[in-house]
Amino acid sequence: MSAIEVSSLEKSYGQLKAVDGISFSVRKGEVFSLLGPNGAGKTTTIEILEGLRQRDGGQVSVLAADPWKKGYQLHRKLGIIPQGFTFFPKATPREAVTYYSTLFGVKNDPDAILRKVILEDASSVYFENLSGGQKQKLGLALALVNNPELLFLDEPTTGLDPQARRNMWDVIRGLEKEGHTIMLTTHYLEEAEVLSDRVAIMNHGRIITDGTPAEIIEKHGSGERLDVRGDEKLADYVREKTGFDVTNDAGNVSVRLRDKRDAVIALASIDQSGLPWKDLRTRHDSLEDIFVKLVGGSLEEGGTIKRSSDKIVPSPGDNN
Amino acid sequence: MASPRRVLADLKVFIRGYTRSKIGLFFSLVFPIILILLFGAIFSGGNGGPINVYVQNQDPGGAISERFVQALNNNSTTTVTLVNQGQNLSQYLLSHSANQGVLIPLNFTQDYGLNKTIYVVIYSNPADTSSPIVSQVVGGIITGLNTEGSPHRSIEIQQLSIKSQSYKYIDFLIPGLVGFSVLTSPMFSLVNISSEYKKTKLFKQLSLTPLTKTEWLTSKVIWYVVLGVISFFLMTQVGAALFGAHLDYALMIIPFLVIGPLFFVSLGMLVGMVSKSVESAAVVGNLITFPMMFLSGTFFPVSLMPMYLQNIAHGLPLFYLIDGLNQVMIYSNFSQALVDLELMVVLSAVAFVLAVAFFKWRED
Repeated sequence: MSAIEVSSLEKSYGQLKAVDGISFSVRKGEVFSLLGPNGAGKTTTIEILEGLRQRDGGQVSVLAADPWKKGYQLHRKLGIIPQGFTFFPKATPREAVTYYSTLFGVKNDPDAILRKVILEDASSVYFENLSGGQKQKLGLALALVNNPELLFLDEPTTGLDPQARRNMWDVIRGLEKEGHTIMLTTHYLEEAEVLSDRVAIMNHGRIITDGTPAEIIEKHGSGERLDVRGDEKLADYVREKTGFDVTNDAGNVSVRLRDKRDAVIALASIDQSGLPWKDLRTRHDSLEDIFVKLVGGSLEEGGTIKRSSDKIVPSPGDNN
Repeated sequence: MASPRRVLADLKVFIRGYTRSKIGLFFSLVFPIILILLFGAIFSGGNGGPINVYVQNQDPGGAISERFVQALNNNSTTTVTLVNQGQNLSQYLLSHSANQGVLIPLNFTQDYGLNKTIYVVIYSNPADTSSPIVSQVVGGIITGLNTEGSPHRSIEIQQLSIKSQSYKYIDFLIPGLVGFSVLTSPMFSLVNISSEYKKTKLFKQLSLTPLTKTEWLTSKVIWYVVLGVISFFLMTQVGAALFGAHLDYALMIIPFLVIGPLFFVSLGMLVGMVSKSVESAAVVGNLITFPMMFLSGTFFPVSLMPMYLQNIAHGLPLFYLIDGLNQVMIYSNFSQALVDLELMVVLSAVAFVLAVAFFKWRED
């Protein structure tokens, strides 16, 4: 039984096709991620599923209801952190949880909910004085107030420092163990890989591929790779000398290996180049490699795509 | 169906935020008091200068009547404020807390030439020490005019008393500033909140809860009614204690204190909602608020203003709120207050419905 069913979903803003006929489903109890750069259409998609935006075309079913038509009833069963969660500046997390509990008409121990999201230490701090990570945790706490069947987390860790991000991951993993169905959007590859049962990679309003991270790697991966730390010149040299598929991403020169013999040839070529290199290792493709291959660049911290030419590509449209 | 539980929950959170930020409380409760102290002090000064006489010349342009007015104005004892012909002078003097008035009758110059008996009416307040002085000055001018011709002309004086109850500036200032407070607190706050919440997407978040738009708006109306009532008590107490304001307290005040915030919360919400950004909302909000703030009888009675401004004032909703409060608190004229109230109820109902209609939680 699916918690979410999406079929041929479309949404345009003027000339811009933000969502271009995508289809996917989210099973009950799984963590499903929409992964993609800014402007890929992730937020538009999730907001349509949340009942916050009206679709132009296609079919959408969330917990067996049309979210636009049945939004008010559906929201009682959903937990949602919108992108850039915010709250009344002079309210404390404990007051916020009490407020939401009253709105939903449920009895809750605010401290228990704040403990669940590891926010109990800041329960009496005004929202305006919370850190970015604490604000997002409050968003999560509020999303949990009504004990929802399905959680939507729209970029729950964007803008957080690595430690705060990992904290948030622990909380999300805890929720998954409790059996919550979770749909999240992210532009962090590691986040999608670490948290998700299944991932859909989205770009320019379309889903390029989906499946479990392992399935995606299996389907689009190119087997084993040999990586060294080195510069663009080294990558060019090895590519020219061996004819192999060589990439350089932020100083990581990566050679695709068709068989074991390729490793010896590549290494010999690296040595012959006379250029500096270090940190030799072999590995299999990661989700990041697949992403670079499918989207044509790697993801920057802010969610923009960085092409191999090192130019930052502006997002094609606002995904809000 | 609106839920009182949700309205109360929202009200509680809003009041906490409001009272914790201090700025809102300052402008709602303290600022109007400062205005009372300021204006009360400015206008309660002693009679240092010439005595102001309100003159209604019903023979404008007449050579003799104009000489009369000039004579009254060009001396060190009295100065003239002309009252429009369309006004009822007696009422006008009452509503302006004025103690001295002179009415020059129709065809004054013509009748003077024909040696007809003319009656110049002097309105005075027997309790006011300036009144005999004014009568003397007017008498002097009339004697001069009477002795000019041969045979002597017969201009006579008719003395009328102004209602013994005289109103002071502070009596008008307090209902005016109650109106000011009822206008500014919700307007500025709601314009800002609604545009800000739209920008930060807080409305979108609230739309994900069972709270409805009507419930959210209702909790704001309740808070501004409470704030308005507190402000009303503070202002009337300060006005009475420091400046001896004389005001009538009737139950009829209550509907005005409820309907006023309802109207301005709705109007503020509407402005915030139809504006594209926080900045443009502030501009539109100010464009609506400031003319209303000064032209509706907040700081001085509307009848003091030129006729074209009075016409504008009659198009401003705040005018009816303040006029209604004046009718109840100063004149005890409940039938006129009821007319003002009925108009405010209709305006508020329309504004509330429009505010809810334009209030969008989510986007298309």
